[in-house]
Amino acid sequence: MTNHWNDFKNSDVILIMGSNPASNHPVAFKWIQEAIDKRGAKLICVDPRFTQSAAKAHLYAPLRSGTDIAFLGGMIKFILDKNLIHHEYVVSYTNASFLVNPAFKMPGENNGVFSGLVSGKYEKDTWSYQTDAEGVIKKDKTLQDPNCVFQLMKKHYSRYNTKLVSRITGTPEDKLLEVYKIYGSTGKPDKAGVELYAMGWTQHTVGVQNIRTMCIIQLLLGNMGIAGGGVAAMRGESNVQGSTDHGLLFHIWPGYLGAPTASLKTLKDFNEKRTPKTKEKDSLNWWKNTPKYSASFLRSMYGTNLTIDDAYQIMPKLDDGGNYSWLTIFDQMYKGKFTGFFAWGMNPACSGAHSNKTRQAMTKLDWMVNVNLFDNETGSFWRGPGMDPTKIKTEVFMLPAASSIEKEGSIANSSRLMQWRYKAINPVGSSKPDGDIMSELHFKIQDLYVKQGGPLKEAITKLTWPYGKKVGHEFHYEPRTVAKEINGYFLEDKKLENPTKKGEFKEFKKGDLVPTFAWLQADGSTSSGCWVYCGSVNEKANLAMRRISKDTSGIGLHSEWAWCWPINRRIIYNGASVDPKGNPWDPKRAVIKWDGEKWTGDVPDGVGNPGSGRPPFIMKPDGVASLYGPGLADGPFSEHYEPMECPVEKNIMSPQKNNPVIKRFDASGVGSDMDVYSGVTTCDPRFPFIGTTYRVSEHWQTGVLTRWCPWLAEMQPGMFVEMSQELAKERGIVNGDKCIVKSARGEVEATAIVTPRFKPFNIDGNTIHEVGIPWHYGWITTADRKYEPNDKKPEVHTFGDAANILTSTIGDANTMIPESKAFMVNVAKKGVK
Amino acid sequence: MNVTRRGFLKISGAVVATSGLGISLKPIAAHAQPLKIKYAKETTTVCPYCSVGCSIIVSVRDGKVINTEGDPDSPINKGSLCSKGGSIYQMAVNENRLGKPLYRAPFATAWKEVEWEWALDKIAKNVKKSRDISFKKTNDKGEVVNRTEGIASVGSAAMDLEECFTYQKFLRGLGLVYIEHQARI
Repeated sequence: MTNHWNDFKNSDVILIMGSNPASNHPVAFKWIQEAIDKRGAKLICVDPRFTQSAAKAHLYAPLRSGTDIAFLGGMIKFILDKNLIHHEYVVSYTNASFLVNPAFKMPGENNGVFSGLVSGKYEKDTWSYQTDAEGVIKKDKTLQDPNCVFQLMKKHYSRYNTKLVSRITGTPEDKLLEVYKIYGSTGKPDKAGVELYAMGWTQHTVGVQNIRTMCIIQLLLGNMGIAGGGVAAMRGESNVQGSTDHGLLFHIWPGYLGAPTASLKTLKDFNEKRTPKTKEKDSLNWWKNTPKYSASFLRSMYGTNLTIDDAYQIMPKLDDGGNYSWLTIFDQMYKGKFTGFFAWGMNPACSGAHSNKTRQAMTKLDWMVNVNLFDNETGSFWRGPGMDPTKIKTEVFMLPAASSIEKEGSIANSSRLMQWRYKAINPVGSSKPDGDIMSELHFKIQDLYVKQGGPLKEAITKLTWPYGKKVGHEFHYEPRTVAKEINGYFLEDKKLENPTKKGEFKEFKKGDLVPTFAWLQADGSTSSGCWVYCGSVNEKANLAMRRISKDTSGIGLHSEWAWCWPINRRIIYNGASVDPKGNPWDPKRAVIKWDGEKWTGDVPDGVGNPGSGRPPFIMKPDGVASLYGPGLADGPFSEHYEPMECPVEKNIMSPQKNNPVIKRFDASGVGSDMDVYSGVTTCDPRFPFIGTTYRVSEHWQTGVLTRWCPWLAEMQPGMFVEMSQELAKERGIVNGDKCIVKSARGEVEATAIVTPRFKPFNIDGNTIHEVGIPWHYGWITTADRKYEPNDKKPEVHTFGDAANILTSTIGDANTMIPESKAFMVNVAKKGVK
Repeated sequence: MNVTRRGFLKISGAVVATSGLGISLKPIAAHAQPLKIKYAKETTTVCPYCSVGCSIIVSVRDGKVINTEGDPDSPINKGSLCSKGGSIYQMAVNENRLGKPLYRAPFATAWKEVEWEWALDKIAKNVKKSRDISFKKTNDKGEVVNRTEGIASVGSAAMDLEECFTYQKFLRGLGLVYIEHQARI
């Protein structure tokens, strides 16, 4: 999230699209309601289904799953046609004025794709900017040049007229216009609009571009960086922000440093290639500090046991262009690539797309370690539906972990807020905190390499691990010590000039904590496990433990409640909340203010002294936000493409039906025999309905914890399929009937819930039905499975297996997040063909 | 000293707060079931479910959780919790929690309870074997990659920040590149 939960109260218009906070982030709704009650804010909800959030909205507009870009593309056209933009913001703080290569072609003039498409990949040379002899980007601040970003954008989205959009999305034209008008009203400097999304936007083959489209809208309306504005990525797990920050993904090291690839042979190569450069004279280009963060991270791995250059050498490298993401892991596992597998605090047998493939993949392993609180479908995969344990070779270890109140440590919520959790009780039984388990395992493995040797054993034997105490065979992990490691230390005595005050020097001693990331060094004299958290712990306190709830900002920043990265800044990009002279666009809702000597309010982001001319989006090399985004794999602007599985023959917009650069797992030599799709080239009558997945308040994720909690299991006891009254009538289904929901990959049993919350869509004159299923269920807590005498048996059983049995191996072109929100299914009453 | 319960939590840094020792429970007392949590030790936590980050007060007596409730001091939730947050009592007080490591041998049809030491020793040996046979010093182009190709890991956003950092250190130290978790799905 760019802003934070409390900040919803500062909004004038709140758009819920791609999420359902009333059900899935219920307490956040407190702040939405406050905006409605106290400011008279307008709430809009756009969703395929009339959700609990829709029930609270002033305006609800239905749309077909997977058509968000068409919907929002129409909004961009509306905003530009009616000139609702915040003009000065757009000219000063975005790349609207940048001139693009005249050879660049857009889908409207290029058969539905951008220029440069070669065998399923874009070559981006035509996407470049025009530069002068010094390499500075050419600009037209009047925004009139036909090759400037603003004019190109206008031309591109001119194709998204409401009539066409309505034919694609199924949203009635009058509803489209109503949404556009209300949201477009926030382009005035004294109005703020915020967008709230979650998996409803990410789980598509165009997921990143869904969000990009909204970012374009927010920038055009001047809604980024201001109170009550921003784009709120409402995350689904209590610490998924933090686990991402800490690089538990193949492509990033902690702090969003891109993981090194094989062609970057030395740390010097890495720093040279990965540090962005700019010729824009006023741009701060914060990522120019990359060498400080990479060196400090390497120090947190190997301390001074290795030089930073040697530490870089020893670290694992990806192949250039290689993909090691989730769908690839299970594809490779299915093909027997892995002998070993850790499913640590996860339940992939239910959570990953295409569960049948995922579960089969696990049978190919030699061993698996599953760490969890309860028995689950992953650890017990070998005895799940359709499995014959006597034929499955996989050796499985299920290790019991302590729950969040049985250990201490911190987590980062959606708004980057790091809050400390204290230990209340000892772990249940002999379960252990995850930190203890991984430490004990580390020392055992290290010991084996010390004694027996092995390939590049130094990678393990030289790793530092001063994170607690060994007591006999046990290791007591100390999160407070690790929090300091993440913050970072000085590794030698050092006298340094204050990076923010020229001429002022400060002396540090070896072992001192680094005050903020501005003090980190590229020469190996500092460590920091994750630079964005540098500043979270100081000599006096771990700031995540702060519990001062008062608010002195007047806009609900609550800056002394815990600590937020970066450097306790509660609203990022807040440098864009003031005009180029330094005056807040809206004085009543100022995020930062200049008092004549310094900025007050939130920790300022990106601004120099008022009138310095520094553009505020300092994480972008050019200092401005990107209306035009040439960094993405699938286009510098967004374009509507149909989901991989969809209910229409053709893309009504263009001859290009699907995102042209997604990885098709049904292509020869790519995926496996299990990777099939339906309705790709033509509509498949076997699977005529759109299927989508969602959550209910009472369960979390795959239900791996909540299905074992009787209060929750009782409230939401099982898998259902929600459908319209019209579809139910057509299929002879009534409320409560047991139904079979089937896709090209598998089927699940579900109880029919017939409601007016789904309505058939009119898609280009055709009636199209959509059905929805929750994704929290799994066979392990059901009543009808076999229980061995020693098995845990839930007090309240649930019914049904994973929704992901239906979804497919297909992912977003940029992130490879699976398309779990739009796929094709059939629904029939159980026993009826 | 007249200290309210809310104030006391602040002063103590919320590590250990004891009610019922002459401390006024006003004004929160009316909502906090004073009898139920009498002589209880209180700690604060943050909900493990969604990402809103609601604070929760956990009351413990004789080493057992006797109550959990929304923390009124948190500016985010101001004492409110949803159905999931309101149920975290059952995460600790739950007979179905796994209490011992379980082991399933190849082709076995049932779990066997095992000791930690035995399980971790065996896992360590498995890791070494898988790493040693699949470790690639160079790739097909002859570039140095120093990676273990035969082990993959998924997880976890359910761990604490400190554990996430430590876990990536553990994995990258072993040479893994197939590292993923909930954020990808």
